[in-house]
This record gives sequence, C-alpha cells and structure tokens, in this order.
Amino acid sequence: MRDPFREGLAAGWQYIDASELTADKELEADVVIVGSGAGGGVTAELLTRAGLKVLIIEEGPLRTTRDFQMKEAEAYPQLYQESASRKTADKAINILQGRCVGGSTTVNWTSSFRTPPTTLNWWQSAHGLKSLSVEAMAPWFEMMERRLNVSRWAQDPNANNAALARGASKLGIPVEIIPRNVKKCWNLGYCGMGCPTNAKQSMLLTTIPNSLYLGAMLVSRLRAERLEISGNQITSLKCVALKVDGLNTSGINVTVRARHFVLAGGAINSPAILLRSKAPDPYSLLGKRTFLHPTLVSSGLFEQAINGYSGAPQSVYSDHFLDNVAVNGPLGFKLEVPPLHPVLFSTTLQGFGEAHAKLMKNFTNSQTILALVRDGFHPQSTGGQVRLRSDGSALLDYKLNETYWEAARRALLAMAEIQFAAGAKWVTPVHESSAGFNTWAEAKNGLAELPLEPLRCRVVSAHVMGGCAMGDAPERGVVSDVGRHFQIENLSVHDGSVFPTSIGANPQLSIYGLIARNASELAKTLTGQSKAATL
Amino acid sequence: MITRRQFLKTGLAGGVLLNVAACTRPSENGGRTAILSALIPVVLAGALPAQASAAEPLIVRTIGGIEKTIAGLSLPAQKEIGELFDLLAFAPTRILAAGLWSPWPEATPEALAAFLESWRHSRFDLLKSGYAALHDIIFGAWYAHPDSWDAIGYPGPPEVS
Repeated sequence: MRDPFREGLAAGWQYIDASELTADKELEADVVIVGSGAGGGVTAELLTRAGLKVLIIEEGPLRTTRDFQMKEAEAYPQLYQESASRKTADKAINILQGRCVGGSTTVNWTSSFRTPPTTLNWWQSAHGLKSLSVEAMAPWFEMMERRLNVSRWAQDPNANNAALARGASKLGIPVEIIPRNVKKCWNLGYCGMGCPTNAKQSMLLTTIPNSLYLGAMLVSRLRAERLEISGNQITSLKCVALKVDGLNTSGINVTVRARHFVLAGGAINSPAILLRSKAPDPYSLLGKRTFLHPTLVSSGLFEQAINGYSGAPQSVYSDHFLDNVAVNGPLGFKLEVPPLHPVLFSTTLQGFGEAHAKLMKNFTNSQTILALVRDGFHPQSTGGQVRLRSDGSALLDYKLNETYWEAARRALLAMAEIQFAAGAKWVTPVHESSAGFNTWAEAKNGLAELPLEPLRCRVVSAHVMGGCAMGDAPERGVVSDVGRHFQIENLSVHDGSVFPTSIGANPQLSIYGLIARNASELAKTLTGQSKAATL
Repeated sequence: MITRRQFLKTGLAGGVLLNVAACTRPSENGGRTAILSALIPVVLAGALPAQASAAEPLIVRTIGGIEKTIAGLSLPAQKEIGELFDLLAFAPTRILAAGLWSPWPEATPEALAAFLESWRHSRFDLLKSGYAALHDIIFGAWYAHPDSWDAIGYPGPPEVS
C-alpha cells in the first residue's frame, strides 16, 4: 500500500516532529493554525492557495497509512484524545475525539451530512445568524463534497446497519443511506483506527498534504499553550514540545509569531487555550454551551451472524425521531450504528464476570444501535462548560438533566423496538441495572421503569461542538458569523466550537462547509484580493 | 455518630478519603498489582480459564496490559487512577469505602464481587466512576490481546497488502 504522506515528506515537505527538538525555537508565518483536523485542514489549504505562508501546529503525533494496523491497542493511545477515554468531569460521558495529524477526520467513521436545514433555520431565527441560510451554505457544502468525494454508500450495508434498516422499515420508520467521504473504499470496517487503504478522504490525505505541497509547514507533538495578548492583538503563541510519549512536555519551548492566528483544536481545546490565555470575554460566553449529542447505546442478540467489526461502519441512519419533534421541543435523536470491535464493545458493555463473558461470547451475533440526542435547542438543554484543571488542561463539565433523560428513555424504547422488529432474540440498553429483555413487550415495560441516571445508563459522545459560539453581536457570541473573534482583531476560530447548538448530525461536513466559507473570507481579507480561493 | 453512608454522602467526603489514602502512599505503584491480581479473576470470570495454573500467566499478562494502558492516559487521568488505587490499597479506606475487611490477596471471590457490585450500584458518583474505571481498564487490557479473540469469534483485522 502506498503511503502518500511519507512520500511527500521524502520529497522535502516542511515538517518538524517537535519531540525531536533539542533547543528552543522561534517560528514565523503569515498565519498559524492550531489544530490539523476538519477546520484546520480546510483553512490551511485555502490560505496556502491564496499565497499566504501557513504554519500548522498539531499536539498529536503524525501517523500515516502504513502505521494504521487496525489494532485497537495501538490506535486508541496513538490517535485519540486521552487514549479514547476522555471523559466529562463527572465521568458520566466518554468522549471519542481524534488527536493526531488530521484530528478526528483521521479516525472518524466517514459519515458526511450537510448541516440540516432545521439547524441552519434555527441559527438564523434564534441566534441571529442571518447569513447562514440553506441557500447560502449550499455551494460550500457542494465544494467540500466534491473535494472529499462524498457520496451515498453504494455497496450493501453490513449486517449491523442492515438490521437498523430492516427493523425500522418493518415499523414504518423511514431510513436513509449515509453519504461517506471515501474513494475506492475496501469496505473493511476499521475507519476508527485510521484508514489503511487511503480510501478515507480525511484531512491527513487531502488538505494537509496539499498545503505542505504548496509550501506550508507542519509541526506535530507541539502543544499550543498560550496566546500572548496585548490590547486587541495577539503578539505571539507560546508552545511547548511534547516528548515521544505525547504526554509529558520535553522542556523545549517554541514561540510562534504571525499576522493572524487561527484556533482549530476542536470544541474542548480551542476554548481551553483562550481560557489559559485569559482572552477577553466581556459577556462570559467562552467555554459555555458545549454540546455533545449525548448518545445512548442499545445492544441486541441475533440468531444470525452480524460481525459488526466488518464493513463500512455507518451506512444507514434514520432522522425520524428528529423530524417528529419541534426543534426546540422535547429532544429529538438521530439513529445510527457503531462499528463493533472487542475493546470498544467490551468496555462499553455493562457488568462483569460470567454475565459479561456471556455477552462477549455472543460478540459476533451482537447488533448495536446508537441514538445521538440533539442538544442545544430546548431552553433546558444548555450543554456543558469547558474549564481548566489546576495544570491548565481542559475539562468539560456536562450535566445530564431531566430534559435529557426524558429523551433518553424514548430513545432506548425506539432502539429496542427496532431491534426486536429486525429479529433480535434479546435486547438490552447499555445500563448497569438492566438484565435485558426477551420480547418487545418486556422491554416496553422494563424500559419505562428503568432508573436513568449518570454512570448507570451509559452515555457516550463522538461529537463535541460549541464553546466559542458564533453570534450576531459580542453580547451573543465569542466570534462573528465568519469566525472572527469579537475582541481580538487578529484571531479566528475555525472548528466545531463555533456552532451555537449541536448540529443534529455527525458534524464533519458541517465543519468543512462552514470553515471553507470562513477561511475563504479570511484569505480575501488577509491578501486584499477580491477573488476567493477554492478547493 | 455519623454512619459510613452519611460520611460518603458528599463528594467532599469522597475527596477527604482520597486525600487520606494518598497521604499514606502505600507500596509499589499504589499496591496496584496486589489489587488487580485479586480483582482480575472476578472481573474476567468466564473469560479466564477456570484452572488457576492456566489463569495465572494470563492475569500477569493482563496486569502488564493495564499498566501500559495507564501509562498512555493523560497525566490528570493517571493521577486519578493512582488515587483510586491508593484508596483501595490503604486498609482503613479499603474497609470504609470498599467494605473489604480482608487484605486483597485473602479476599474471597464472593467478597470481591460484592465490593464490585456495591460500587457499581452505589449512590455516589465517585464510587460508581471508580467501578467504571476498574471495569474499563481490565476489559480493555483483556480484549486488546489477540489471544482473547478466538473465544468471542473475532477473526482479528484483515490483511492489507
């Protein structure tokens, strides 16, 4: 298998692994971008194409095609924030987020949805973001879909996805096929551990290599610690190099000077660096309203093999339970399935000892559905808050309240009903007090009674959004509708942290589209050119 | 007199327990090896071979995997895991918080299972999250190893040439 990134490095791309630095260093660029994920990657290529000298700073390591061995034991510590065990402050929600060159786009499951019209309309009406209409955003989504080869999955869904489709259809619940950002996909099922076949059109394979080819510079294993702010200007960015372990700092400092600074570290890390930098926050909005699509899990046992580790992880979804509620009413949820691999599955499943072993013996016959709850629209769904630990690292507080649990119960019921309709012999929510159910009638009664609380009912997330929300005015946002910081002139935020609510869909394409628009605007402003760069 | 339940009622009391345990600094790596050696056969019952002689090397291997996992966690998470094991290693807090009167190597499987169940269903978030941490590190280390895959029918990753 070719490793295009390594080929580029061999051809002389500008790249530094900061763990190898032996002395303090100063770097200069027109624009420095903190983070190399969906927002950072798109920004890097658009600005580089506009002729600007771009420097990309990434805290995680550079791992490329040949490193992706499809082993959970290697992938989680190397490619994910906190070894894939990042948690909310109360430990009730486990968060999957990438931490490597390419960010979450290197490890996501490739689902590519445009920002739903319901969400854009709500941002226009409730958050004053008049410019973000469905029509105005469409060309940006189109551009990114073309660039990343997004199309509806044309092969058969794997058995895990097919069961969602079958059960839902039997109940008259509409399902759709998921668009994926892949090219010549081998249908292996290991997207979450880095694509070993160069099929996934992640930032690692597209915008970052293109930026480097055009002259940008990448530094990995470098943590952006603090922005030095003087008045309404950032004067420099202070970074610390990490050791090879990616955890401890090496004692080497790197100072970066630039005309303009772009934060794209994701919705936990971007607010955190602004908090560490004591950035102006006159309306106390920074780090607030952080959303997660807090996700419920329901597992069913089937007579036939499901082999949920094999085949495109996500190819079928249903928005029925988003569409049948008012956007700001009782919380709706999107139904999808996850890939099933031994570590992720065994650590997610409840219980221990013989009971757990029995569930694991049925690993290949297990089918799992996820319900991603749309947070941030209902008045009682205000999300979480990013704060700093005493060592300056980021911590997300997110309280799951009654408004959430009401939706969670509907979601667990909906998933169990679909699984029984699809032919499941046994279904359980992932919940410490559930012994599972043999029929839909049993499940209906049992789930109605089940106590739903943090750390009893398993809640997970792979989508972090908000914390540096866009607003139409400084009183209502950290950044403007093009991502410019309201108080600091030479600062933009270009990642999912600018969303004022959750998206109500897997967020990668929402980030690509919005950030393509905002980076294009930024390129025009910084170069004084009237014609926008395109991808 | 305050009961154990009242004492544990607040997160603050939980924090006090952790601090008391942390100040004592017990044996090597917080007494982790002894605690894990006792807990792993209970958590992995049904997955480990029933014969003690066959299980023993697998328990040692799993502890190695757990140490590797912990070493890869963020520094704040490593510190919290350290505090959890300090709490479990220090006899007074072991008795008070885990309800285990015997030292770890002498605890019966029934007592160990009762401890795990009591934390799993505890009213206190601190103890529930402590159970969840033990659950995740033990199962994570076990099912990360290719030797565990046959028993669950997982063929391992496909070949890509």
